[in-house]
Amino acid sequence: MFKLTRRKALLTLASLAAAVAASPAVQAQTIKIGELNSYKLFPAFLEPYKKGWELALDEINRAGGINGRKIEVVSREDGGNPGDAVRAAEELLSRENVSLLMGTFASHIGLAVSNLANQRKVVFIAAEPLTDKIVWENGNRYTFRVRPSTYMQVAMLIPEAAKLKKQRWAIVYPNYEYGQSATASFKKLLTNAQPGVQFIGEQAPALNKIDAGAVVQALADAKPDAIFSSLFGADLQKFVREGNLRGLFKDRPVFNLLAGEPEYLDPLKEETPDGWYVTGYPWNEIRTPAHQKFLAAYQAKWKDYPRLGSVVGYSTLYTVANVLKRAGGPDTEKVIAAMKGMEMDTPIGPIVWRPIDNQSTMGAYVGRLAKKDGKGVMVNWRYADGAHFLPTFEEVKAMRKE
Amino acid sequence: MTYSSILIQFLNGLASASSLFLVAAGLSLIFGVTRIVNFAHGSLYMLGMYVAVGLAGQIGFWWSVPLAALAVAGFGALVEALLLRRIYGAPELLQALATFALVLVVKDYTLWQWGPEDILGPRAPGLDGAVTIAGNRFPEYDLFLIAFGPLVLAALWLLLKRTRWGTLVRAATQDREMASALGVNQRWLFTSVFTLGACLAGLGGALQIPREPATLLIDLSVVVDAFVVVVIGGLGSIPGAFVAAFLIAEIKAFCIGLGYSTLTLVIEFIVMAVVLVIRPWGLFGRKPVLPRGPGAIERPLTPPSRTVIAALVAVTAALALLPLAYGGYTLVLMVDILIFALFAVSLHFIMGPGGLHSFGHAAYFGLGAYGAGLLAVRAGAPMEVSLAFAPLLAGLGALVFGWFCVRLSGVYLTMLTLAFAQIIWSIVFQWDDFTGGSNGIVGLWPAPWLASKTAYYYLTLVSCVAAIALLWRVLYSPFGYALRAARDSPTRADAIGMDVRQLQWAGFAVAGLFAGIAGALYAFSKGSISPETMAVSRSVDGLVIVLLGGIQTLTGPVWGAALFTWLQDTMARNIDYWRAVIGAVILLLVLAFPQGITGFVAERLEQRRT
Repeated sequence: MFKLTRRKALLTLASLAAAVAASPAVQAQTIKIGELNSYKLFPAFLEPYKKGWELALDEINRAGGINGRKIEVVSREDGGNPGDAVRAAEELLSRENVSLLMGTFASHIGLAVSNLANQRKVVFIAAEPLTDKIVWENGNRYTFRVRPSTYMQVAMLIPEAAKLKKQRWAIVYPNYEYGQSATASFKKLLTNAQPGVQFIGEQAPALNKIDAGAVVQALADAKPDAIFSSLFGADLQKFVREGNLRGLFKDRPVFNLLAGEPEYLDPLKEETPDGWYVTGYPWNEIRTPAHQKFLAAYQAKWKDYPRLGSVVGYSTLYTVANVLKRAGGPDTEKVIAAMKGMEMDTPIGPIVWRPIDNQSTMGAYVGRLAKKDGKGVMVNWRYADGAHFLPTFEEVKAMRKE
Repeated sequence: MTYSSILIQFLNGLASASSLFLVAAGLSLIFGVTRIVNFAHGSLYMLGMYVAVGLAGQIGFWWSVPLAALAVAGFGALVEALLLRRIYGAPELLQALATFALVLVVKDYTLWQWGPEDILGPRAPGLDGAVTIAGNRFPEYDLFLIAFGPLVLAALWLLLKRTRWGTLVRAATQDREMASALGVNQRWLFTSVFTLGACLAGLGGALQIPREPATLLIDLSVVVDAFVVVVIGGLGSIPGAFVAAFLIAEIKAFCIGLGYSTLTLVIEFIVMAVVLVIRPWGLFGRKPVLPRGPGAIERPLTPPSRTVIAALVAVTAALALLPLAYGGYTLVLMVDILIFALFAVSLHFIMGPGGLHSFGHAAYFGLGAYGAGLLAVRAGAPMEVSLAFAPLLAGLGALVFGWFCVRLSGVYLTMLTLAFAQIIWSIVFQWDDFTGGSNGIVGLWPAPWLASKTAYYYLTLVSCVAAIALLWRVLYSPFGYALRAARDSPTRADAIGMDVRQLQWAGFAVAGLFAGIAGALYAFSKGSISPETMAVSRSVDGLVIVLLGGIQTLTGPVWGAALFTWLQDTMARNIDYWRAVIGAVILLLVLAFPQGITGFVAERLEQRRT
């Protein structure tokens, strides 16, 4: 049997340390981009995201880079908490000397890094966080955000919701900032569109800990005409299965933010509920040339289909490349100036970077869920351009305390 | 709520109670006999889920359940025989550390083997529909679970009461040394109990497949729930675990039914705190027999020799000169290391010499951080003032919660510290308007004269070194000696007129206060704080650091903090499966140096001298 001695233990440790110490040599003349994300905490969403930016990196450098300079992405694990994320960002800035930062997934980590970017005066392009605060209440001139925010995605669902003229709505959301702000936006926007609407039976289970049977029963007890949910991931899967079993969704329209994204939709398979109104990404049905090109390149490189995260990762790095070209280099002030109002293409449509709040006008696909060959798909979808679902400039100005 | 919905919520609670009971029963058995706080129990449950969901596609759900339970049982037997058996002689907490390392390894193995996506299993064939009860649809499978929990309880009860093996288990649960003295083969007993416990965890996981997806996040959340159930029920008591699981699950179901769903975040910890305050050994637990043997051999901490003091002064001087040679990131990393060193030293103060094993020390770190954040942002106080006063909030928190904690002992005390930490955490998490909720507070930066990396490094260095030196000095004051007397022999300490509870209470408050200093420094070094500052994982990190360094040494926690923080920083940057690597390193260290790194070095030096 294997006998462990102290000497062996020390040797193993020493060789490990040696392996770690040998870091790759740095190429001259490249522009370094710092990237950080919670790869270990949210692997299901961030592995496709990483594949997305890696594809973009290949394409950009193959096409000659930025004015002849190649770009290099230095990617870091952010440890899944704001404290470690800030340290990782500091390491990227002071040891790797990166020109700007991109990435992050969870809202509180995005906000912490955005706050650091403001302090250190570097540009930060937030890729995945959905929180409205990152560009509004806590917005700063160094932080830009790619994805449509919670507010925008809720706003995209409102026209359909108002059209149904349902009187009593029940709401279920994960109990943290994303779910809370989705709920608040939904109530506010729907009341505007349909005065007199009632909100009854609110359920706020802890994230990843939904007691689905009890929640479904409690919602059924409230006898709502329709349901608005912002659940996702494991919570959504549990909720859908219990709801299907207990007949909660029978003759009741359900609106669920994000549920059409392959990340959340694909695990549902046979359980996919029919007719839900969702935001998402029907990757296999989008026929625009920009998307066809992206899809072909992605599948050729990774032998897998893209998730929404892949589009986000791809578009984020292209944002970096485009703005560096436009600014003529990585100088922070020039990059900020160049970002304002920059127009560019993404696989899902052209976007503009709004000068007022540093938010991109990336949209989302709005449609309904259906089951096809035992898999969930989106049908009757349309692309909702983010530009149409943002508050007015005055409202934004009031929220941004600059 | 109507009568029919009350009935349905009651049944919902029963179904959840059965699931909870299965995993808690295994944990309780293992703890009762081996005294191991098995962090990896949730990982065994997770493995059960993944194995079952993987097999269900090929051989059908009903066959996959027993196979998954057996596979996990086999894995448990291996873990016990190859790993835990080697360290039974070491201090009890070290085994907890080994199981924690196992959590990291199993998590990364699961990710590597089954991939990152959640896997939703099939419905249970034959029980895939719902029946109508009082006008509501209720899943058939939940009815099966409701019946299955009591069946397992009955089977375990028969096994423990009617078989020879059960008699031995009960004997060992009650008095391990005595059972051993009477000729019970401990090795075989420990292996079999651990295997059975693992089997129950695997079974519990496999049976959840029709209700929830297999995810990588389930392990820690399940093990914490299971601990709560076991402690409420009384350690080692299987019927206690059943009653506690029932209690928790019903309370949760009715919280949801009555519209207080946000309470589910914390309700189980509130219940645990209430139960422990009223019944210090849980509902069905008995006052534990005072341990004989390993507990007594803890060597007294001798004051550091002149050489050691000179060496420590030299290290401090070298740290003071560090900014001359290194700038930038080295200083950032050193700030983190110094802060965690102070945090670990304050935890060690209460755990080692104080003898109170806190599992919620992060609460006081977090209170310090939030104290600083709230003073600076909500009250508009200058940074220097916030930094100076924030630790008082932590000290105050420790004073309040410590009063309750020192009334308990052993694992019950540990779990009460956890309960209080979770309660504070949930208040911070929920109170959006004041604490910023889940996003926390942003925009906390040091005053301009402290803003440069070098200046902040010196601030941290001076504060942490002074605080650590002060804590160490306290250990050799009359108060420190009295604290150790109270730990080593409460009866004798009491007999010579020391108020043991008062002493421990004061020690708890001091430890909280100093953790608060670390927290306040942390807040301003990061520029923002969120509830994660005080989450369970930080408490666990603190424990790992103290145990790695060596709990019976003076300077151990400092070296532990340096090693752990550096490892995490370096591994996360360079290795994809860094969690598994850290887990493996901890395992290696535990096996090679059961007394901690510093303990090992000290022992070697002593050997050389004699």
